[in-house]
Amino acid sequence: MLRFIIRRLLQLIPILLGLSVLLFAWLRALPGGPAQAALGERATAEDIARYNELFGLDQPLYVQYLRFLGRAVQLDFGTSNRTGRAVTTEFLERFPGTIELTLFAMVFAIGVGIPLGYLAARRYGGFLDSSSVIGSLLGVSIPVFFLAYLMRLVFAVELGWLPGSGRQEVRIDATRITNFYVLDGLMTREWDAAWSAFVHLILPGIALGTIPLAIIVRITRASVLDVVNEDYVRTANAKGLATATVRRRHIIRNALLPVSTTIGLQTGLLLSGAVLTETVFAFGGVGSALRDAITNRDFPVLQGFILMLAVVYVVVNLLVDISYGLLDPRVRVR
Amino acid sequence: MPTSAPVLEVEDLAVTFSRKGETPTRAVDGVSFSVAPGETIGLVGESGCGKSVTSLAVMGLLPPRGVRVSGSVRLDGQELIGASDRMLRRLRGADMAMVFQDPLSSLNPTLAIGTQVTEVLLEHRDLDRKQASAEAVDLLDRVGIPDPGRRLKEYPHQLSGGMRQRALIAMALACSPRLLIADEPTTALDVTIQAQILELLRELVVGSGTALVMITHDLGVVAGLCDRVHVMYAGKIIESAERHELFARPRHPYTGGLLHSVPRLDAGRGARLTPIRGSARDTIPWSQGCAFAPRCDNAEDDCLGDTVPLEVDPAYGTDRELRCRHPLQPARVGAGTSGAGVARAATGGSGATASGPGR
Ligand SMILES: Nc1ncnc2c1ncn2[C@@H]1O[C@H](COP(=O)(O)OP(=O)(O)OP(=O)(O)O)[C@@H](O)[C@H]1O
Ligand code: SF4
Ligand SMILES: [Mg+2]
Repeated sequence: MLRFIIRRLLQLIPILLGLSVLLFAWLRALPGGPAQAALGERATAEDIARYNELFGLDQPLYVQYLRFLGRAVQLDFGTSNRTGRAVTTEFLERFPGTIELTLFAMVFAIGVGIPLGYLAARRYGGFLDSSSVIGSLLGVSIPVFFLAYLMRLVFAVELGWLPGSGRQEVRIDATRITNFYVLDGLMTREWDAAWSAFVHLILPGIALGTIPLAIIVRITRASVLDVVNEDYVRTANAKGLATATVRRRHIIRNALLPVSTTIGLQTGLLLSGAVLTETVFAFGGVGSALRDAITNRDFPVLQGFILMLAVVYVVVNLLVDISYGLLDPRVRVR
Repeated sequence: MPTSAPVLEVEDLAVTFSRKGETPTRAVDGVSFSVAPGETIGLVGESGCGKSVTSLAVMGLLPPRGVRVSGSVRLDGQELIGASDRMLRRLRGADMAMVFQDPLSSLNPTLAIGTQVTEVLLEHRDLDRKQASAEAVDLLDRVGIPDPGRRLKEYPHQLSGGMRQRALIAMALACSPRLLIADEPTTALDVTIQAQILELLRELVVGSGTALVMITHDLGVVAGLCDRVHVMYAGKIIESAERHELFARPRHPYTGGLLHSVPRLDAGRGARLTPIRGSARDTIPWSQGCAFAPRCDNAEDDCLGDTVPLEVDPAYGTDRELRCRHPLQPARVGAGTSGAGVARAATGGSGATASGPGR
């Protein structure tokens, strides 16, 4: 198992190196280069030359790349063109919001999706089954952006049941410790702050969770249908095990293997920033930060955020593989 | 022939599969047999003749929907057809157990062997985990798995095919069942391993007074293990006889065909095997006569029309039953020598099968 993990960690290195080259090349390839981007349209040629000298942009490309890499390894991606603050600081402020949102969305998708998929399979061909198949088809095909907009309109604007923008009510002067607002509220015993942060997760979380939900329902259903016909389930029944034991130990356990992979992949995707959903709900996570960075041509932020999110994505996938190895002994040995 | 009360009595068992929009298929049709303690019977026949469905019906393991089962299955006198799921689960694994054909797919790939052995013990016997593990080590040891303590922690894919089947046998024998059904337990294994597994079954099952139903299309298995043989064709028993009798003097043309398609040690090198012509698909419904007629060399006009009944064979005592209007005459198969030859060839692990040329 340890060897497996180490091997997977080593595999990360070329992936991240490749990505850093791409990002580096992308920034250099911009018209006017980073200097123009940082100084704006009206910068004079002298300004640009001074800037280039200051940041070593007059050096050969490989020297520039190695410097970039050296700083990136220390998580130094420079400062935001817009706010002048360190990119890493901005990331640490924004990312906890996205993590909270992702957790909410995935808990929703898993909590609803697995039981629904299981029941659909057990009632194969019945009403619940057909509706879940159609529902999950709708779920994956409705644009999240549209769904988010609709949910906000109905439940926040029209009905006013739930908050439709931000991460917390503005009037609450909450203490920030980890930037996980719900967690901070719990840690400082500012219950109203925690509660407010939590209810702010509901609408964007559900909107974001629909695609994972639809996929989880579909995969759970297909997987259960496969597993119930397996010979080892017949063996389990031939042993006279109680129905509940057969179900839990032999059917669900094996049926969830493919589901666990899906959960991991979807978590990775959501963590890398739900630009559209966060924008609709003005939710201050990395998704809306990316959107702002794009509109403002804030390249240091884009570069740093993308690279850090890539690391997150790859690490999440590694965790998925490891957990799969723990769940399925056949993978472990290989 | 054991005389004590039978462990298993199957009477007029019929199984019909019916799916919406399909014509119902009668996979098992009026099958009756019984097994006494310590006795081994063989259910023999080509692929698709209904052997597995018969055994699943006995165990109550047929799918709950789309299947109609009728007749009677009694385990120690207790009726199982129509019994509650609860009662069946109490009996399965404890009083009746089953070993299946493919040991790899029959084991749960994500559970350690130990878990899969102890779960039967914990379900049916009043043991705590520690006692169950100790018992599991003991069981694996008895079925000939070396280093059982270590094997218990391993997973099915880490064991060889023979070891997996031994583990499955250990699970089946865990609660010393009264009845064991083995559905082609050696088909998926190498020839040398096949012989070992059969030997193990003979030792553990037959030695302990357990009734054994051996399902196979391998006449070698029958010759080496079974006391009594029931030959099945298209869902019905077509001949029942004591093993030596059957090998020495097959009466049904189908049985004769099966024996002829087995390599014989006493025949010269050039001797040809004569497979049964046609395939199991060339059949007519029993209601229109003898299902074997399209492939039968003895067939005559009176073989068609109405169902040929299974009757006590007039030429031999009450112990043989036969479903044929024009049976083979013993001389025609070369009474004695041929049967013994087959038996010997078969026990030698020749891998002889009852399959037609279509396979
Ligand atoms: N679940 C099912 N649904 C419909 N028909 C079935 C089902 N299971 C078995 N049958 C039919 O019942 C008949 C007997 O099948 P069975 O599995 O008992 O054959 P078998 O004698 O065990 O053959 P084999 O040697 O291939 O195992 C077959 O013709 C098959 O088509
Ligand atoms: S009844 Fe007729 S067709 Fe059927 S096996 Fe006997 S001789 Fe052949
Ligand atoms: Mg079978």
